[in-house]
Amino acid sequence: MKNKLTQHLGFLLLWVAIILALFFLGTIIYFVFVKGISIISWEFLTEVPRRGMTEGGIAPAIAGTLYLTMGAILFSLPLGLACAIYLCEYSPAGYVVNVIRMSINNLAGVPSVVFGLFGLAVFVKFFGFGVSILSGSLTLGIMVLPQIISASQEALIAVPQSYREASLALGATHWQTIKKMVLPSALPGILTGVILSIGRAAGETAPILFTAATFYTRGYPDSIFSEVMALPYHIYALMTEGTHPEKQTAIAYGCALILMLLVLLMSALAIFLRQRQRSFYAK
Amino acid sequence: MPNSIEIKAENINFYYGTKQALKNINLEIYENQVTALIGPSGCGKSTFIRLLNRMNDLIPHTRVEGKIYFEGQNIFEENVDVVSLRRRVGMVFQKPNPFPKTIFENVSYGLEVKGIRDKQTIEEKVISSLNQAALWKEVKDRLHDSALGLSGGQQQRLCIARCLAVEPHVILFDEPCASLDPISTRSIEELILDLKKYYTIVIVTHNMQQAARISDFTAFLYLGELIEFGLTEKIFTVPKQKMTEEYLTGKFG
Amino acid sequence: MLEEEKVALLKRELIEFATLVEAMIEKSIKGLVNKGRDVLIEVIEKDEPKSNNFEIKLDELCTVVIAQYQPKGKGLRTVLMVLKINNDLERMADHVANIAETALTLIEMPPMTEYMKDVLKMAEITRGMLKDSIDSFVREDSALAQDVCKRDDVVDELRKVNRREIIGSMCAACSIMEVGLDILRIARNLERIADLSTNICEDVIFMVEGKVIKHKMDKM
Repeated sequence: MKNKLTQHLGFLLLWVAIILALFFLGTIIYFVFVKGISIISWEFLTEVPRRGMTEGGIAPAIAGTLYLTMGAILFSLPLGLACAIYLCEYSPAGYVVNVIRMSINNLAGVPSVVFGLFGLAVFVKFFGFGVSILSGSLTLGIMVLPQIISASQEALIAVPQSYREASLALGATHWQTIKKMVLPSALPGILTGVILSIGRAAGETAPILFTAATFYTRGYPDSIFSEVMALPYHIYALMTEGTHPEKQTAIAYGCALILMLLVLLMSALAIFLRQRQRSFYAK
Repeated sequence: MPNSIEIKAENINFYYGTKQALKNINLEIYENQVTALIGPSGCGKSTFIRLLNRMNDLIPHTRVEGKIYFEGQNIFEENVDVVSLRRRVGMVFQKPNPFPKTIFENVSYGLEVKGIRDKQTIEEKVISSLNQAALWKEVKDRLHDSALGLSGGQQQRLCIARCLAVEPHVILFDEPCASLDPISTRSIEELILDLKKYYTIVIVTHNMQQAARISDFTAFLYLGELIEFGLTEKIFTVPKQKMTEEYLTGKFG
Repeated sequence: MLEEEKVALLKRELIEFATLVEAMIEKSIKGLVNKGRDVLIEVIEKDEPKSNNFEIKLDELCTVVIAQYQPKGKGLRTVLMVLKINNDLERMADHVANIAETALTLIEMPPMTEYMKDVLKMAEITRGMLKDSIDSFVREDSALAQDVCKRDDVVDELRKVNRREIIGSMCAACSIMEVGLDILRIARNLERIADLSTNICEDVIFMVEGKVIKHKMDKM
């Protein structure tokens, strides 16, 4: 009798936890939605800002965020995947591998503003890229690198050893096995890593603070060396340095809403691709 | 008979770290015959068969002493191309392991890896391999479906077809029926008897009845040593070693 | 080879053996009737050793089949029956060799055609019984097998009659003692061959139907 009571109590507590979590999520979405929806219009999404950020649209910021995110993934995906392949498929098990893995995990724990400083010192100043899409993408890329490596590793390890054995027994080299068999099988897991990284890269403010973002650009960026507007930074800038808070607060919430939608869209795309891959081979 | 010797193992010793798994094995595998390796669990039969296509290379901290001659050469020599060896000595595993790809892609995998690009050649080889593996009729209308949708016995035959596509000389079967039902087992056994005409076959089995039914030669291993080797007929009717007789009559193992 | 193929091989070998024995009987009777020494010697010196080899070979084959395949049901009964029929055929061959040997001495002596008539009739029926018993084995025809069993009585009867007549003659005239004894011996051997054919048929019925009819012939 006591066990049943404890069990019910336990379930109840779990339910409460879930409801609380959903509540917070729901509140944020609702909050942003309610405060930002009024400003959303076709003009808002496609036009450049006018009159000192009080009118017009945030199209350049949207473009900027897209460029930065894609740039980050373009840089970190190949690099991260290659690292994961080396760690899982080529390096002999032992002390060295564990040290490397631990180091990568530590990289994940570095605060994002520190990445920003790093990017400033190395890409902006030392390599001379200046405040640009290039610097920002590289900095964001390094920030999400541990995530990509981690997810890719998990995905590669999850591929059963029996497949590798079968491939090798047919006269494939190690690399052929990876290219033709392991990577295609691990793709869903790798894409998961990409999905998570997209969310992070699009939404972080600190790394792009010193390396890419600026409050105002006249139009769209002309090259990877130009500085760029970005949604997270724009929200921050509007709320702290904005000259007309009445109008700009609404714009900020509009940006927030668009940012969330963008991340959602990019994630949905990656999820869709992953699901297609999975459903073909799941039986 | 007598057929020529396809593979010859000389004084094979094998170590997992410090543990010796195979002790001084001397064995001949005859061409176009089925040679069965039997013995209780842990006797080294799987370890031995994996030496024949050097799959044990994948396991770290192992060491092999002795020679295995195949096509006139010791396969453990420095300059041996392991990739090429594995094409000539194919392997079918205990648990069917078709790739998570289509049926067609599974069979064409080995060909693509070999470097064959011509679509016509690949298609012909896939069809002929599936025919040889007695699977063609069952899958000819769904070549582009996932291989994972086949039954256990069909999957194993697919693995056999996949192996046949690269045209090996020798096929190694490592307990191929261990995870199959009796009907699938029988179809695999019939297939092996059929394949014997064109390939040399080595089969590891913990089922001595299976060894009796389908093999021409039997090798009985115990604790890493070769206790007896000879014609299956003789081993099962007049075994020379007492231990062989005891194993066959179920006194241990 | 699969179990079915190996068992089929077994049956083929047995049929070949039986054909040899049949031929031996034919040759012996022909040699007796036509006074052919050569053919009788052939039976003794070539055919009988051949039959011994057959017996050994079939014994080994059966052992191997049981060890390798552990047959059950009909397969098992078939292999066991092949073993027994093999044995019966070898004994038949021995009896035929005896007939040939006796015939060798008999053809040197004056013929006793009136007594030979019965013997020749016995030989005829016995040959038919052997042939049919093997046929019933091949075709797995238990009806035919039962029919053969019935004919054994006829052979027994013929032998009894023949024996009475010869003994009677031998009592009357001692000069025909040797010849008479030889003819009796031939008759006895033929009767044994007929018995063995009956054995074969009982085995066939067991193999086909799983029914034992030995030692219960009267009840049929």
